[in-house]
Amino acid sequence: MSTLIDGLSLGSVYALIALGYTMVYGIAKMLNFAHGDIIMVGSYAIFTTMSLCGFPLVAILVAVVVCTLLGIAIEKVAYKPLRGASPLAVLITAIGVSYLLQGIAQLIYGSTSKPVTIINMGNFQIGNSTVRVSSIVTLVVGAILMVILTLFINMTKTGRAMIAVSEDRGAAELMGINVNKIISITFAIGSALAAAASVCYLFQIPSTMPTLGAMPGIKAFTAAVIGGIGSIPGAVIGGVLLGVIENVCKSTPLSPFTTAIEFGLLIVILLVKPTGILGKKRREKV
Amino acid sequence: MTSCFEKIKNGFVGYFGNIKRGFKPKYYINYAVITLFLIINIISQPKTSTTTLLANIGIAIILAVSLNLVVGFLGELSLGHAGFMCIGAYIGTFISNQIFNTIGSKVVVLILTMIIGGLVAAIFGYIVGFSALRLKGDYLAIVTLAFGEIVRNICMNIPAFGGAIGLKNPHRYGNNLYIVAFVMVLVMLILIQNLIRSKHGRAITAIRDNEIAARAMGINVTYYKLFAFVLSAFFAGVAGVLYGSFNSIIKYGDFSFNKSIEILVMVVLGGMGSINGSIIAAALITFINTFLQNKLPGDLSALRLLVYALILMVVVIFNNAPALSKYKDKYSLSALYKKIYAKITDKLYAKHPDKKQAIIKDDSASWSSIPTKIKMDEVLSTDINTSETLPGGNENDIDTEGKRDE
Repeated sequence: MSTLIDGLSLGSVYALIALGYTMVYGIAKMLNFAHGDIIMVGSYAIFTTMSLCGFPLVAILVAVVVCTLLGIAIEKVAYKPLRGASPLAVLITAIGVSYLLQGIAQLIYGSTSKPVTIINMGNFQIGNSTVRVSSIVTLVVGAILMVILTLFINMTKTGRAMIAVSEDRGAAELMGINVNKIISITFAIGSALAAAASVCYLFQIPSTMPTLGAMPGIKAFTAAVIGGIGSIPGAVIGGVLLGVIENVCKSTPLSPFTTAIEFGLLIVILLVKPTGILGKKRREKV
Repeated sequence: MTSCFEKIKNGFVGYFGNIKRGFKPKYYINYAVITLFLIINIISQPKTSTTTLLANIGIAIILAVSLNLVVGFLGELSLGHAGFMCIGAYIGTFISNQIFNTIGSKVVVLILTMIIGGLVAAIFGYIVGFSALRLKGDYLAIVTLAFGEIVRNICMNIPAFGGAIGLKNPHRYGNNLYIVAFVMVLVMLILIQNLIRSKHGRAITAIRDNEIAARAMGINVTYYKLFAFVLSAFFAGVAGVLYGSFNSIIKYGDFSFNKSIEILVMVVLGGMGSINGSIIAAALITFINTFLQNKLPGDLSALRLLVYALILMVVVIFNNAPALSKYKDKYSLSALYKKIYAKITDKLYAKHPDKKQAIIKDDSASWSSIPTKIKMDEVLSTDINTSETLPGGNENDIDTEGKRDE
């Protein structure tokens, strides 16, 4: 029971990160490898504000603002000049940004891990199993953000413009949509989600270090691909699936092979259904 | 029987055909430079630190050039090159530990393990190549990344491979490993450069430039994709064996995602599709790495990450940004080279302008960097399983249009 709830909450952290990946991929058509490291920056922002003033709410707010601005800045400096270039080039630049953020964090804060406790929430009992309150909070926060995001994309004018840009950038531009602005907004939302993910991640594991974002980032991307990249419900399904599998694996004798099982699942799903569980097929144009 | 013999003979003629077609000094200059470099080093009897650096450079060159075959020439991004290296290192060291006492000669053991390690890595390359047939671009990149992590995770947990402590290697090859490494570099260069300039190499570059057109021209895309992946994995495995025989302990941490990125940085810095570029970049980055590792204590080693990051971003943006292409034509190294080359030929042939050779511009296997010509729209609009769905797809198109009309 507690394994399952922990798995679900880890899954919703993955789902939050995967949402950022999937939004950027769906709209800007690029794999933002630096997304995991934006989470790391968010966690350091929380660490710094907590050690300066100590109000959790302020720290979370600061993290969201820092991450959003960082996301926009990265997009303007590193990705915008490459619009229209080959996707390989964009991917490699993204890897470069990811290294840059890790390097800067290591220079400022050092490579050792720093403890970050936002709020100590304690445990409670369901039946005869102990459940952490933070797991439940993560689950609820994750669910609320996903619902808000879905409503935003389907109901507002900006959200609809995002769908238009993701379907056909050229046609969207002809319809009077400012594509550059929409892509910037996408990055801002994706990075704000990354900040939320870093808060939830710190609920689960209360310490931070420069390589914090790397592995969750890759796993969340795996989740996004499993669910079908570009699809919001797909990202949620993939993230929750991966989180549950990870936690269940860890409680069985197979636990040393958890990473292999997760990535093996990705390869199997991609080979069986190359676009992921909920992905759309694209038709080939010659 | 005779036809089989004919086939092999024709294959060899095709493979080394460019030797028959005429001697082009620029194709052979890097063999000469590397041989000369090796001879000078053997004569001067270098210190241990120098031989370590040289061996590392040799290994890095093998890794970078073999990755360039997949990234630069086939046009598929592979982020799991360290995984093949990992397989080579573990298998090679494991086998050398088993057979060392029966054979005894270090060189023979090393050659045997290089062949076995390379072949095992090649088998895994075949498996990864299979996913490359169904997946493209980012998807393939993430699968290769996943592959690297899976290999590392499994190698870490096999008891015969020493688990988390790492595999011990008591029969470490001595300081002369750099000679073996550079001989391997030469062997690999001869194989890969001749491959690139043969019919097969042109097929591989054709797939990179436009897969659909290549298929329409009768190129067996499946075969050549698998071929490139297998060959690249083989040499990564060989590099892994060399790496293993050089270290007294093999740890799974050495083959992480960061190692794959390090190799990718070499390829990108040298220029995708440029073998000489890869060689120079591999030597340069290994040198910088060793140099910075000795100079920078503790957290300052993050500066190395920063250097990597800046190199990656600046080189890629400079080379690929549409807005900067004007400056690229003016100030890049290849433009400089072209200018100097034009000046020299102008002076040489000033008296006999008719003897001046025409410059072949569209030589796809030329050594100057070839921009990867994958257009964004093409990749994105490409269906993933291409071969079967084309006729059926047309019918579906008509159906959806009909519905829209209603």
